[in-house]
Amino acid sequence: MPPTFSSREIAAEKEGRSRGVSVRIKSVSVGFGGRTVLENFDVEISAGEFVAIVGRSGCGKSTLLRSVAGLEMPQNGTVILGKVAGQNGKPDVRVMFQDSRLLPWRRILPNVMLGLEPALIPQARKVLAQVGLAERANDWPATLSGGQRQRVALARALVHDPNLLLLDEPLGSLDALTRIEMQRLIEDVWRSRGFTAMLVTHDVAEAISLADRVILIEGGHVALDEVVNIPRPRTRASARFAALEERILDRVLQRRPLIKDQW
Amino acid sequence: MNEGQKSPGIKTQLRPNIPATRALPWVVPFSLLFVWQWASSAGILPSRFLPSPRAVVSSFIELSISGELWMHVRVSTLRALSGFLVGGGVGLLLGLLTASLHWAEILLDTTIQMVRNLIPLVILWFGIDESAKLFLVALGVFFPVYINTFYGIRSVDRGLLEMGRTYGLSGWPIYREIILPGALPSILVGVRFSLGLMWVILIVAETISARSGIGYLTMNAREFMQTDVMVVGILLYAILGKLADLLAKGLERYWLRWNPAYPPTR
Repeated sequence: MPPTFSSREIAAEKEGRSRGVSVRIKSVSVGFGGRTVLENFDVEISAGEFVAIVGRSGCGKSTLLRSVAGLEMPQNGTVILGKVAGQNGKPDVRVMFQDSRLLPWRRILPNVMLGLEPALIPQARKVLAQVGLAERANDWPATLSGGQRQRVALARALVHDPNLLLLDEPLGSLDALTRIEMQRLIEDVWRSRGFTAMLVTHDVAEAISLADRVILIEGGHVALDEVVNIPRPRTRASARFAALEERILDRVLQRRPLIKDQW
Repeated sequence: MNEGQKSPGIKTQLRPNIPATRALPWVVPFSLLFVWQWASSAGILPSRFLPSPRAVVSSFIELSISGELWMHVRVSTLRALSGFLVGGGVGLLLGLLTASLHWAEILLDTTIQMVRNLIPLVILWFGIDESAKLFLVALGVFFPVYINTFYGIRSVDRGLLEMGRTYGLSGWPIYREIILPGALPSILVGVRFSLGLMWVILIVAETISARSGIGYLTMNAREFMQTDVMVVGILLYAILGKLADLLAKGLERYWLRWNPAYPPTR
């Protein structure tokens, strides 16, 4: 079981919520082989904000994330990340993919240590303990379950103490229980560390339970940009949660609203 | 084995740590050996055609006491290994180069594929003297290593490479962490194939022309109709070939122990 962070720890870190950087996506266009995926796309994300991007498959939500990560070169427009102190002002950006992408030929601890100096081993062990896998440090990735591998991938991203964490459907292939566990873990580390987070997901409920803001993409444009004003930790049983989920799902599925007044 | 206590499922029956299962691969060779000895003793098999196992064993003991056997084994092994190191090393390096750099593939691959068939030219230039034997072995082991290295590197998981780049890896670290380990299973297939080929080529080369080595021992014995010595030579090749394969298998077991397809050493 991944341990949750003590409220004292969260409160202590909250004061220093300066890890996050702002993200400004300005009129970005991306296309593949003549087909435009994103067209003149604009979004601004403030430092420390948790933004979820939802949409049908093929709507361009992953492409948007990959453009921010620098894995995709936009034909037009720019992605501007805020500056941070030190490291020449260059923010540290980490990506968590749908598959864990652990190196199968490295044991768990060396996987978490990827690209780090050996001096940071204690740091890596600490983060591994935070995701509840301290005792698996010397195992091969092949012996872990899908959920455990994603936790290792999260630890690998967190050990760099990123300013921006990009999550590309990281929970998409997990079972329902493991998903909820992972969502709590991600929310906890985000609250304690205060990085900026962008989560791409097709699960509207997941988006609402985690994000400050839910952005719906349709045909390469922003179709909906909703601030989620529900106090954390959020429970799916609450009426506000259900109403918001219904509203976004209606928009995704182009259904007529059940109660007209909601619009 | 008490069948009543264990469930006689297929998995249980084929479990490798049961002595009966371990002995199974040797049943056929030993049966053949038994039939061979029996046929020789009964006079069905003339010793001019094939000596009895007992005669082979006694000539093996004689040759190893005199030291002659070990001298020839050492010469052959040195030839095989140096040819393997040169050919395999060049194959590995060129495979890495052509798989990593597109211009290197365009520039070199066609030439490499043609050099493959230059063996007659080697014989024309060098005859089959010492350097030619080394060259033939090197050329023979080069291709399996080269081709498998090339495809191993080309088939490295794109997702892992992308992940590596987002973690700031490039240059040598990305080779050390991702490309080489990812290509290793394929490279080792090439190495195993090469080790088999290495002995076959050496046998041919030493049999055609040599003044020392196992092939020389065998061909010299042929001149004097010493069929028992000939069989010793042939069996030595078989044993050395098996040893080379065991070594390659051991490397696979160790280097690929992360891979569930390669179980750890028993």
